[in-house]
Amino acid sequence: MSAHAALLIDFGSTYTKLRAVDLDNAQLIGTGQGPSTVRDDIRIGMRAALSDLEAKLGSLPRFRYRLASSSAAGGLRMVTIGLVRELTVEAARQAALGAGAKLVGTFVNKLTRGDVDAIERLAPDIILLAGGTDGGNTEVVLYNAKMLATSAIDAPIVYAGNRVAADDARELLAKHNVTVAENVMPELGTLATDSARDAIRKIFIARIVHAKGIDRAQEMFDDVLMPTPAAVMEGSRLLSDGFGSEAGLGELMVVDPGGATTDVHSIASGDSSSGAIQKGMPEPRVKRTVEGDLGMRHSAASVVEAAGAERIAQQAGIPVADVDKMLARIAENVEMIPQTRAERAFDRALLGTAIEIAVRRHAGTIETVYTTMGPATVQHGKDLSRIEIVVATGGAPVHLGEHDALLEAMRSAPSDPHSLRPAAPRLYIDRDYLLFAIGLLASVEPQAALALARHSIMPADRVEEVAQ
Amino acid sequence: MQGLGRTLVTGVIGSDTHIVGNRILTMALEEAGYRVVSLGALTPAEEFIAAAVETNADAILVSSLYGQGELDCRGFRELCVEAGLQDILIYVGGNLVVGKQPWEEVERRFTAMGFDRAFPPGTRTDEVVVMLAEDFAAREKVR
Repeated sequence: MSAHAALLIDFGSTYTKLRAVDLDNAQLIGTGQGPSTVRDDIRIGMRAALSDLEAKLGSLPRFRYRLASSSAAGGLRMVTIGLVRELTVEAARQAALGAGAKLVGTFVNKLTRGDVDAIERLAPDIILLAGGTDGGNTEVVLYNAKMLATSAIDAPIVYAGNRVAADDARELLAKHNVTVAENVMPELGTLATDSARDAIRKIFIARIVHAKGIDRAQEMFDDVLMPTPAAVMEGSRLLSDGFGSEAGLGELMVVDPGGATTDVHSIASGDSSSGAIQKGMPEPRVKRTVEGDLGMRHSAASVVEAAGAERIAQQAGIPVADVDKMLARIAENVEMIPQTRAERAFDRALLGTAIEIAVRRHAGTIETVYTTMGPATVQHGKDLSRIEIVVATGGAPVHLGEHDALLEAMRSAPSDPHSLRPAAPRLYIDRDYLLFAIGLLASVEPQAALALARHSIMPADRVEEVAQ
Repeated sequence: MQGLGRTLVTGVIGSDTHIVGNRILTMALEEAGYRVVSLGALTPAEEFIAAAVETNADAILVSSLYGQGELDCRGFRELCVEAGLQDILIYVGGNLVVGKQPWEEVERRFTAMGFDRAFPPGTRTDEVVVMLAEDFAAREKVR
């Protein structure tokens, strides 16, 4: 066995997952899994996962790197605050999502006492305070700084609002842990989320990892680098962009349906492919959306609600009356693994529906407006129609996915011509759930991480389909 | 320079794609020293107001050239008031109505809607720059 190996760890909300990678050959050499035990003692789950890995490998290699991501203990829970909903409020949301956060609250314009109470109750890990372009409105962001300053809220605050108000805000929040980052919207129509995202990640590493008790296992790993969704995003970015002279796959979209949420990442400019006039906020090239109401387990009921029980029943080939029974079974045991043919069919219907809705919400839209000069097309959001590669990751697509159905759920449909989803993409499968590991590895060995990505994330037609 | 430190929002309202006049106006305003947030063609009323809120703008200049301006501009002042911009200066200009209507009547209609000034077709950009200077100076005095 190679002397150069890396251990990549995901402290998840349900499982502790390990991926051991041979760095010389850029290959996965083994996986291990244990329960998530962050609420009691994170080491228990980590030990169980390590024994599982050891049992599969015979013995554990000496790891040159042991890097972790975490979505345990609720993930990185953030509250964002901005001024206008479509502008700095949205920019702040994009920054937090890009940092891998789970948004637990979004606040618009001046905070009321009720809003402050709500933030206290939400007890976020980090607050992102934005508002005003540089040289623009200072009143509201300073008012909000004052409201936070005089509250019982003690979460670290990242200030990413009007640069002109930054010094005053810092002064107002002197008793808080406050980091000043660049404005998420320095001028109207410009999105600049990198600085705020980096500030969020630094706080995550410096404080949140400790606050959540993840560092109790610190003799078993070197660093917790980022929240797991950020690791998946970094992995996706590397797969798309490549590294150095090694080309990536180009523009792509990644879909990650989980138990509670469905994440969609697109690495693509999103510019119009048809010369439409683009309106609204500029879109980040690397964009993540999270659908909190679309998941296979904790959010199964809201998937059914969004699509309608009839549609789910029809797709699953079960009587409508059975949908509630299926949902009840899932609610009883959110860790349930489908056993019967009907249960698997039901899960497939949930999966396809969650993916379809999540991708539709992620992708932009076009509409035709009639002007005196004739019809004109206007685009909102990202045009993903030219994207040639879509990647499915996570347990559900790998264990349940029928490739045709997955592809169908991700691409554009003739019934919905205004949605700018990929028109004719090829499906790739992240069979071993490696994107998070690739994202972590990219921070130390980008070359090896890319090579691992290129030969482990495969076109679906080269991956054997799971038995029905 | 006259515009120093002041921010203006420009754009073409509604389903109107005529961008050229608005571009020329924007350039003239920038030349006069204003910071101009240019929203371009096909801009809904709400976007003018959202931009003015974030940038703490001093005035909004709305262009309309396709004859539907009256419909698009209805309630514009009310939207400003709703967003906390009750005192913002708002101008409108272009081919505001269809057909041959006496300009005085058209102007009256738009000022009744709450626009501080309305400008007929063919207005030169320097006229707008002069009016802005006058209106801002008058407001300074009131303060």
